[in-house]
Amino acid sequence: MSGYPPEMQESIRLVEATRPRRLKETFPTMTLEEREAILKAYHPDYKDETFRAIRVGVSKGQRMPLELADIVEGRPHIGPDFDLSDPIAETDVLVIGGGGAGVSAALLAQENGAKVILVTKLRLGDANTMMAQGGIQAADRPNDSPAIHYLDVIGGGHFTNIPELVEALVTDAPFVIQWLEELGMMFDKEPDGTMVEAHGGGTSRRRMHSARDYTGAEIMRVLRDEARNREPDITVIEFSPAIELVLDDKRQIAGAVVMNLETGAKGYIKAKAVILATGGGGRLHYQGFPTTNHYGATADGVVLAYRVGAPLGYLESMQYHPTGAAFPEQILGLLVTEKVRGLGAQVVNKYGDQFVYPLEPRDVESAAFIRECARGNGVVTPTGQPGVWLDSPMIDIIHGPGTIQRALPAMVRQFARFGIDITKEPMLVYPTLHYQNGGVRLKADGSTEIPGLYIAGEVSAGVHGHNRLMGNSLLEILVFGRRSGRSAALWAHQARPGTPTLAHLEKWNRELEEMGVDTEVVSPILLPDYTRHQ
Amino acid sequence: MTEQQENLIPVFIMGKQYMVPAGLTIMKAMEYAGYKLVRGAGCRGGFCGACATVYRIQGDPKLYFGLACQTVVQPNMYLAQLPFFPARRATYNTTQLEPTPTTLFGLYPELLRCLGCGTCTKACPQQIDVRAYMAAGMRGDIARMADLSFDCIMCGLCAARCPAEEAQYNIAILARRLYGRYLAPRSKHLEDRLEEIRNGKFDAEIQALKNMSVDELKARYRARDIEPGD
Ligand SMILES: Cc1cc2nc3c(=O)[nH]c(=O)nc-3n(C[C@H](O)[C@H](O)[C@H](O)COP(=O)(O)OP(=O)(O)OC[C@H]3O[C@@H](n4cnc5c(N)ncnc54)[C@H](O)[C@@H]3O)c2cc1C
Ligand code: SF4
Ligand code: SF4
Ligand code: FES
Repeated sequence: MSGYPPEMQESIRLVEATRPRRLKETFPTMTLEEREAILKAYHPDYKDETFRAIRVGVSKGQRMPLELADIVEGRPHIGPDFDLSDPIAETDVLVIGGGGAGVSAALLAQENGAKVILVTKLRLGDANTMMAQGGIQAADRPNDSPAIHYLDVIGGGHFTNIPELVEALVTDAPFVIQWLEELGMMFDKEPDGTMVEAHGGGTSRRRMHSARDYTGAEIMRVLRDEARNREPDITVIEFSPAIELVLDDKRQIAGAVVMNLETGAKGYIKAKAVILATGGGGRLHYQGFPTTNHYGATADGVVLAYRVGAPLGYLESMQYHPTGAAFPEQILGLLVTEKVRGLGAQVVNKYGDQFVYPLEPRDVESAAFIRECARGNGVVTPTGQPGVWLDSPMIDIIHGPGTIQRALPAMVRQFARFGIDITKEPMLVYPTLHYQNGGVRLKADGSTEIPGLYIAGEVSAGVHGHNRLMGNSLLEILVFGRRSGRSAALWAHQARPGTPTLAHLEKWNRELEEMGVDTEVVSPILLPDYTRHQ
Repeated sequence: MTEQQENLIPVFIMGKQYMVPAGLTIMKAMEYAGYKLVRGAGCRGGFCGACATVYRIQGDPKLYFGLACQTVVQPNMYLAQLPFFPARRATYNTTQLEPTPTTLFGLYPELLRCLGCGTCTKACPQQIDVRAYMAAGMRGDIARMADLSFDCIMCGLCAARCPAEEAQYNIAILARRLYGRYLAPRSKHLEDRLEEIRNGKFDAEIQALKNMSVDELKARYRARDIEPGD
């Protein structure tokens, strides 16, 4: 029994009919000019009316999605008179965020002699890192090199990336893989130890390392386990998001105010250095798009860092993942990993014809799907959601029966729960909000413009320019998590803390008033509200 | 919308009845009912294990287990979440362990008390044969335990049901880490590359790329040769 309704099954017949012919076809890739044209016409980033410039702060004038601008211009949870005289805890390094970036930063800070407190919004590891399926890039095969990786990264980012950050990314990459192995991560390998490596969108070499399709989960659970082994040098406090950063009278970082999500109690954690690793903001649902992100992805870090004066960048581009689930409704927006295309599945329209090379950079691929549906060549589900087919059964035909089950167990399980067997039937997909390319501006050692404030991961900006390639984000969080952890510990050893103050809030509130920003929004928002309001 | 149009069905959240649209996942149904989740929701995509849920259907004595973000509501479902389970976890330094059965038994002596009853397997929302990986562990077969437990999302349902008070998922991650660090074959090509980077083999080339104008970079990018798929 198929989980697809009869109308959709009819289209599946066409997909099956063209499959033998398509197995021999390769759709041509686009030229740089064609890419640019399709992006301008169809990518959500080019819908001007859904963006605006922010009116306050050091990056005043910067464009970002309306939903993000509203919270960046929000009011703080606490007033400038909040009592800082009696901290609930004190530490060398405070890490904010318990995803891959935060935990790797905590490990490195601890290894460099710092006492660490890690606060996180939900549980340790409830994070986008846990959800990453496809893989992590590193140029470690003989026909590859960090220089080739560099070129792929910067071309994928439309040549807008910060060169020093790309250099750090690609040269640390093989070391990160080795570090993970030493921590006990299980990579996919050949019996002789050779890494199994696949292509990803925009790669010119196969350099995607994986751990079945639980790559991020495997990284996250190993890092989490390691952090727990290092208690009490690393103390983890769950369900306690940061709601405001604190500076001292010398404008250095001095810790953060956190809130217990269950009791609402607020308290100041005093720290010599802070590492912000709060991840992305998919749960803001820009332009109404569904998202692949975890529940706590609400762009808090952008708000927190901006209020203390750290400049932002690249927020005018968001990444829409081309293959979000478009059917069934229950998993709308959920990620279908790019690895499916990496393994050879083509993308076809309702007639079973290819219309785009399957592994264009993500923004281009997404724009192509949106265009195909706008042209009326998409499949429309019973709830009215358009989509195109991702022809997963091809994978077993190309690589042999059992490959899908072996390489994509998470995907098989996801769809089987709704009666769809992806080893036999294609999946319907449509772009979904996936990744925050921009955020707080980062330097190669993990530092920011604020002394003592470090940053790592999806909350940061500059590594990927305006478009990230798959597999470079898991890499980034570990490269810069490790760098910021080390830098923060070094800073903490020599820091000369002043007197903590919330003077920045007086300034912020004054600026809001001067610019006539009259807002009810209190930010960071911490969690989206999905309850039904009657 | 009226109730008919929406096709509402009754579910019981911790004993209290709510009418929710058929077809929603348990998680979305709870939100529809008005719960703003703090505990019991993480990834919302079946990867984090935050939303372990125990349920029963009215009139059916059987207990069922699932992930709230992945399970569709049924009429007259009685459900409760199990967002936290106080399972024991050993503390260890992986760099100083040996990948031997003694390590497993030393850190988790209770492993040997597993009764082989299979209750854990029935509870696993990932359809993992938990009993089988525990049995592998009892035999000291670290590689097998690592392999069989690989898809574990550490939701805690197996431990919650275990009569022998095992913390299956904590033992399993120890096995996986021992396997990954000590037993998996090493990658020669990775070690070669690390050596090359340490020797500065790529420094000049990367420096040159960093100094290139966008036009030069574009030309280089266009001229890349693309390695064929497989
Ligand atoms: C479904 C999915 C699949 C992906 N697949 C891949 C892939 O195959 N390859 C790849 O390279 N990348 C992939 N990515 C992207 C990559 O996983 C993420 O960009 C990366 O893991 C982000 O790591 P992070 O540590 O910066 O953020 P996260 O992992 O999201 O962690 C951020 C943490 O901070 C916490 N937090 C947020 N706000 C606060 C606050 N105010 N106070 C305290 N804590 C807070 C969050 O709860 C969370 O625990 C994928 C992403 C998703 C969503
Ligand atoms: S439930 Fe406990 S005792 Fe029974 S098989 Fe599983 S681990 Fe062993
Ligand atoms: S093995 Fe246990 S902890 Fe792991 S997914 Fe299954 S029930 Fe959950
Ligand atoms: S919320 Fe993560 S598994 Fe359900």
